[in-house]
Amino acid sequence: MIEIIDILFSANFWAAALRIATPLIFGVIGALICERAGVLNLGIEGIFTAGAMAGWMAVWLGAGLWGGVLVAAFAGAVFGLIHAILTVPLGLSQHVSGIGVTLFATSLSYFIYRTALPDVSSPPRIDAFQPLDIPVLSELPFIGPALFQQTPLTFLALFLVLATAYVLYRTPLGLAIQAVGDNPAAVESQGLSVYAIRMGTVVAGSAIMALGGAFLTMSAFDAFFFGMVNGRGWICIALTVFASWRPGKALIGALLFGAFDAFQVRLQTEVGSFIPGQVFLMMPYILSIAALIVVARRADYPRALLVPYFKGQR
Amino acid sequence: MTDPTHAAETVLRLDGITKRFGELTANGDVSLDLKEGEILALLGENGAGKTTLMNILFGHYVADEGRVLIASRGTGLSELEAGSPHAALEAGIGMVHQHFTLAENLSALDNIVLGTENLTALTSARKPARQKLEELIARSGLTVPLDARISQLSVGEKQRVEILKALYRDARVLVLDEPTAVLTPQESDTLFATLKKLAADGLAIIFISHKLAEVIASSHRVAVLRGGRKVADLPTAECDLRKLAELMVGHEIVETVRSKGSPGAPLLVLDKVTAGSGRDALYDVDLTLMSGEILGIAGVSGNGQTMLARVISGLKTPASGTMTLAGNNETGANARKMIDEGLARIPEDRHHDGIVGAMSVSENLAIESIRKPQNQRFGLLRFSAMRETARRLINAYDIRCQGEDSQARLLSGGNIQKIVLARTLDPEPKVVLAAQPSRGLDVGATSDVHKRLLAARDRGAGVILISEDLDELMRLSDRIAVIHRGRLSAADPTESLDRGTLGLRMAGQSGEAA
Repeated sequence: MIEIIDILFSANFWAAALRIATPLIFGVIGALICERAGVLNLGIEGIFTAGAMAGWMAVWLGAGLWGGVLVAAFAGAVFGLIHAILTVPLGLSQHVSGIGVTLFATSLSYFIYRTALPDVSSPPRIDAFQPLDIPVLSELPFIGPALFQQTPLTFLALFLVLATAYVLYRTPLGLAIQAVGDNPAAVESQGLSVYAIRMGTVVAGSAIMALGGAFLTMSAFDAFFFGMVNGRGWICIALTVFASWRPGKALIGALLFGAFDAFQVRLQTEVGSFIPGQVFLMMPYILSIAALIVVARRADYPRALLVPYFKGQR
Repeated sequence: MTDPTHAAETVLRLDGITKRFGELTANGDVSLDLKEGEILALLGENGAGKTTLMNILFGHYVADEGRVLIASRGTGLSELEAGSPHAALEAGIGMVHQHFTLAENLSALDNIVLGTENLTALTSARKPARQKLEELIARSGLTVPLDARISQLSVGEKQRVEILKALYRDARVLVLDEPTAVLTPQESDTLFATLKKLAADGLAIIFISHKLAEVIASSHRVAVLRGGRKVADLPTAECDLRKLAELMVGHEIVETVRSKGSPGAPLLVLDKVTAGSGRDALYDVDLTLMSGEILGIAGVSGNGQTMLARVISGLKTPASGTMTLAGNNETGANARKMIDEGLARIPEDRHHDGIVGAMSVSENLAIESIRKPQNQRFGLLRFSAMRETARRLINAYDIRCQGEDSQARLLSGGNIQKIVLARTLDPEPKVVLAAQPSRGLDVGATSDVHKRLLAARDRGAGVILISEDLDELMRLSDRIAVIHRGRLSAADPTESLDRGTLGLRMAGQSGEAA
């Protein structure tokens, strides 16, 4: 028992939680934006992979770290555009298109990786983002090591939460995105283009998702390997519901999952001798499902989510 | 009303508008003029092309031929860009659709401001917007709580938000599509009073309607559409009900005449039935239907009619209270049992609940009797027998289709209703539950429905007629009860009622006060 409390009060634990949460923050913010506009983006898992691969490869080819971030976002935007074209003007099933984008983006990423590096057995490493040592702040007791010894991408993720909340709730564009996810006819009757708003939002959301993938290769593992995304995209889809489509709650949800995950790793080393390791690996997922059951029953879905809009038809 | 606008400027001109959907000509060479300060009623039956015409005006559709001309401020008429709601809004056309175009998750203020600001702007200027709206509200009397979410507003308030949306953009032409469809008679009166005030301030108004009385009471001029063509355009002062009705329908109206019924014993009895929750709920409903009578249920849409129909059909088990049919307790019976006990259900939404669109006409005709021996043997369907029955019914009920194997969804609304009538009335049911049976049908199909219901009554069935159309109720029913907020009034003989009394009861005020 004492050990568990020790874990919860160590700065190291919270630093790990925030680190694990970072790709999820990107993912859930991206998914949330798309769904606010009425488009479910199940391409997320593949877009993560594409972002991870594209970002890593750009850096490996010498584009520099921030160049890699831009390339990753661009790759996400391209796959987002495919999903947007299929689901918005063509009005195809968002589920089918999303799964298709995931399969396509994942396979294409692996294919490009294999074609570029046919003979390597261990994935080549890049010089990844290093933790920023922000003077003064990082020396604060507890908070310093937990919050201010992260890589720049974590700060970018936190900034995106604030920016998304501001855009969604404070700007005319955010109003249009919220409205188009509730009743597209309301947007069209005010002279705005439903297609343009939905497609733009899906493309932007997908670019943000891809940054989650980029974090994996450029900040966490320093290399690209197969299967590295490992269901993080799907977790983000669940977290979006958990967050009731609100950026603030999305941050809380991602941190909660990160904390569960960091906790199980530490618990494993403490009491792992007589409980199989797989039980601990399951834990964050089971806790997420439990949290989802509690929250999602009251979830206030965007009314036009999954409903395609065709001009002149009502 | 007299036309106050002889010298006024023409603000809108439709010039030879033609719009085809495949074979169907929705609008054929329609021309219209609208002057400043004028209220024009666009009258026509369902399917006459009114809504199509207004959707072309607002840019939802592009016309195949013809043009829309609008007066730009200060200068003469110029052509409006086709197919662009944005251009229509810019030119000063505001439209209030029949189905409100409001985002329920946003406030009234947000909905009104939506689209009026540059999308790349980093902030939203709420203060001046609120100020302008408060002035507009004070001037027009369109009171709405600006900060309330749309989902919390009443239907009337939502409609006022829609009108404010147009006024906020300085609309010079306001189009309202069937504005009174969702309102009580009293709310409608308030709406028209507001519209007259706005017209007096110079706004040009077009309202779409198929209700003759409100057209005569509230317009300066009336244009009648029939089969997509304009058949009349004349000052309202020169019209009377009969003339307009004949223009709208295209022939003299032969009204279905109801002979006096001969009610028998109580057939269907609801005793203190409470069911559902929220807007569409029933509270302590007592109802007694005799054999050989038509019992009308009047009320504004959304006051519990749907739940009443669901309870009687066996689709919803009441929370409390009992229901008996011919003396047997049927409380909690499911839909199949109610059909077996002799209930004919003519559902409110015939496209969704009346047919399976992807199935053939013969399958749809057999769908409620597939377990009967004539339609199955050893658990297998007897398709040839079903087809044979279908051919007989198609003849008897005059269902216009390619044949018994054509897909039901390809049929027109009137013919779909005939499928429903044939399926439910052919087994000679004891009780007929007809929910909005003539909604959306043309005059021919409507009179067919009426004749069938009267025939069922005359053979001794009890008919419950749920309708929002007072004329239909007064013409067909032997007794009429009114439903308001889930409570059903006692049923009074039709002869003792008039429209005014019913209107007051529909608004929740007791008839005695009138």
